[in-house]
Amino acid sequence: MTLREAPIGRSARVVAVDVDKGGRAFRRRLLELGLVPGTEVQVLRVAPLGDPIELLARGCLLSIRKADAASVHVELAP
Amino acid sequence: MTSSLLEEPQAPADPARQGGSAVSAPRAPTPGRHIALVGNPNVGKTSLFNHLSGQSARVGNYPGITVERRTGVVHLPSVTPGGSPEQRQLVDVPGTYSLSARSQEERIAIDEVLGLNGAPPPALTVVVIDAGQLLRNLYLVVQLLELRVPCVLALNMVDEAPHAPPHPEALTRILGVPCVLTNGRTGEGIDELRAAIARACAQPPQPRVHVTYPPELIRAADRVADALPSSWRGSVERDRALALWALSSLDEDDELEGIPDELRARVLDIHATGLDADLATVTARYAYLDGHQSDFFRPTTAEQGGPARVSEKVDRVLLHPVYGFAAFLGIMLLLFQSLFTWSDPAIGWIEDGVAALQEVAGSVLPEGLLRDLLTEGVLGGVGNVIVFLPQILLLFFFIGLLEDSGYMARVAYLMDRIMRSLGLHGRAFVPMLSGFACAVPAILATRTMERQRDRLLTMMVVPLMACSARLPVYTLVIAALFPPESLFGVPLQGLLMVAMYLFSVVIALLATAVLGRTVIRGRRVPLILELPPYRLPRLASTVRMMTERAGQFLREAGTVILVCTIALWGLLTFPREDVAPEGEAVVATAVVTENAETSLGSDALVTAAEAAPRDRDSRLAQSYGGQLGKALEPVVAPLGFDWKIATGIIGAFAAREVFISTLALVYGMGDVDDEALPLRERMREERRADGSHTYTPLVGLSLMVFFALACQCMSTLAVVRRETRSWRWPAFMFAYMTALAYAASFIVYQGGRLLGFVG
Repeated sequence: MTLREAPIGRSARVVAVDVDKGGRAFRRRLLELGLVPGTEVQVLRVAPLGDPIELLARGCLLSIRKADAASVHVELAP
Repeated sequence: MTSSLLEEPQAPADPARQGGSAVSAPRAPTPGRHIALVGNPNVGKTSLFNHLSGQSARVGNYPGITVERRTGVVHLPSVTPGGSPEQRQLVDVPGTYSLSARSQEERIAIDEVLGLNGAPPPALTVVVIDAGQLLRNLYLVVQLLELRVPCVLALNMVDEAPHAPPHPEALTRILGVPCVLTNGRTGEGIDELRAAIARACAQPPQPRVHVTYPPELIRAADRVADALPSSWRGSVERDRALALWALSSLDEDDELEGIPDELRARVLDIHATGLDADLATVTARYAYLDGHQSDFFRPTTAEQGGPARVSEKVDRVLLHPVYGFAAFLGIMLLLFQSLFTWSDPAIGWIEDGVAALQEVAGSVLPEGLLRDLLTEGVLGGVGNVIVFLPQILLLFFFIGLLEDSGYMARVAYLMDRIMRSLGLHGRAFVPMLSGFACAVPAILATRTMERQRDRLLTMMVVPLMACSARLPVYTLVIAALFPPESLFGVPLQGLLMVAMYLFSVVIALLATAVLGRTVIRGRRVPLILELPPYRLPRLASTVRMMTERAGQFLREAGTVILVCTIALWGLLTFPREDVAPEGEAVVATAVVTENAETSLGSDALVTAAEAAPRDRDSRLAQSYGGQLGKALEPVVAPLGFDWKIATGIIGAFAAREVFISTLALVYGMGDVDDEALPLRERMREERRADGSHTYTPLVGLSLMVFFALACQCMSTLAVVRRETRSWRWPAFMFAYMTALAYAASFIVYQGGRLLGFVG
């Protein structure tokens, strides 16, 4: 599952960030913001116009576009 | 001082590094005396800078790119060897999450702290850390410490930190660098920070950092370190950390300049081996930080909750599909309304004040060229500059509040979907909206955008927005040439006005899409937007930003506008042969009249109009401006314009509204009041040589379309010149907008005639 499909409000854990979809700079920046594999992340909401989405990770609110969210693989917390 | 980075390099060191070569280059450049201030965005760095530097801040630019470089002077409690109180230069480095870089803008941070740009590196780097986002902020600290940059940490916003604030002593113990608690809002801890800076300048701290990297990454880093240019080199640890930076930053299509080919080739070689350096580097650093998490905080609580949780609750309302949008529309309406109407009285005072000054100067000075130059050229030019101040101050007041409160990032979030379809970022929205009031402050507002390409693209299309200066021209043309009839119960004149606004929006959006795919192309950049915690905006910092921006505008764009006004005055005044003195002011007044609704120098106009009604026509015709208008007649004829309109368009270059007063002069009219009734009558009566009407509704439409699209505003061009630091972009803007205006008017006029409308 990717962050794009992750249900809103459910806690998930980052498994990997693809390099091909969002590109290297995007991936590196996400990693540098602390979304390394194993980090807990939660989709909070989708913007009123349908894109982008808002995330909570490491106590920080971040927004990324859905197309880029598809490069972040996550697993839902049990 | 130990670190896994300290493992002995495995690749052979080159001779230059061992000092064995005759051309051995210097090792790490000798530090300068100045102090750099770095930190993540939204951590209160600017407030701390303001506290440390007091009133000494100066804003400049980094060479080659339009990123601001703010410097100030910090007074330290220590004394110099000479016995005087010590003071050092403080450089505010633009906020960044990391030192790794893909673009020239992102590279500023590493260039500044290491002195890679040729300048000496700072004696000390102060890192501002948001206590509420400790680990993410420490990521940057780890990079700096690995590079052996002497640091002092300023632990800021502790009041916002989650349940347990971090331990400054623990940070000092673990990282080996001093850590001071500060509060950028109240100024608490500033004296302690000064003292810590003074101590660290006297005795540089010894950073300690123990990130455990996988062996293959270390081997790769050492191979890259051998390819580093000698001027970048320092200690072995520093070289290795710099090699890690290169591994993360360089690739086939990074936008960095001045990277030696050998270094880039070496990095690409290593990428080709399939080593995932990015993941390995970042993961190792976070593993180190996560491992120390329990040490950094007083009681062992995980970093969670805190300001983000509170902000998240506010976001539930402010980003709500219904309430959120309603709030957004309300805030944007207020911003727009204030630019449009609140600034009006202030603009009126400025215009009245300038008019009064002109009158005084005119009565004191003896008649003649000098008087006219001073009153019409210089004073008029000064008026042309300061008339923008109300809108600039108001817009930056709002921008300051929006940025400070954290709402600006939410505007970008809400509008990103729309701006993205134009190839822009959500942050382009506020500048675009401001363009409806005036392009000058709107172009200055593009500073809130991080990416240079996006800024440039926004700047190029903002002047297409129907600014308030076009309104008087539209009003005049519509009232003069279109009947006050109703179309399906809607007044035709009002409908036309709405149509002109819609037209400008559609063209601006189309131009954005086209320019963004051609001239100002840029690769798609994924959006990563931090939504900072909501905070109460501070008036002091907002006012400070307002005055800084206004001062910059006056100093830099103001001079260009002043010179252009004088030049234009000359164009419409010379040559002046056998001219009656009282008539002279008439022509020139056109240039300085800011707004058709006010009547600067109207008395002079009336007197002159009565005195020499016939003279005037020929005088303007004989001026260089009039001659140019006549020369342009064959060019503008296909648009339905004659030389008088062409002259009006030339005069309008000072400001669009001036078209009306120039036109009034061409027709030998005096005062043009609010209603411009006589001018309207005159326009309706005006005939061509063949006896047909000069102004038909079709000509009026063509004229409005021309004004909607042409870059009839030297102030806009002056500001673009200032913001892009080159004449290339204002020249391009003028060329493309004029071409667009010409083509559109041509299509309207010729198309209309083909459809059988009277031309």
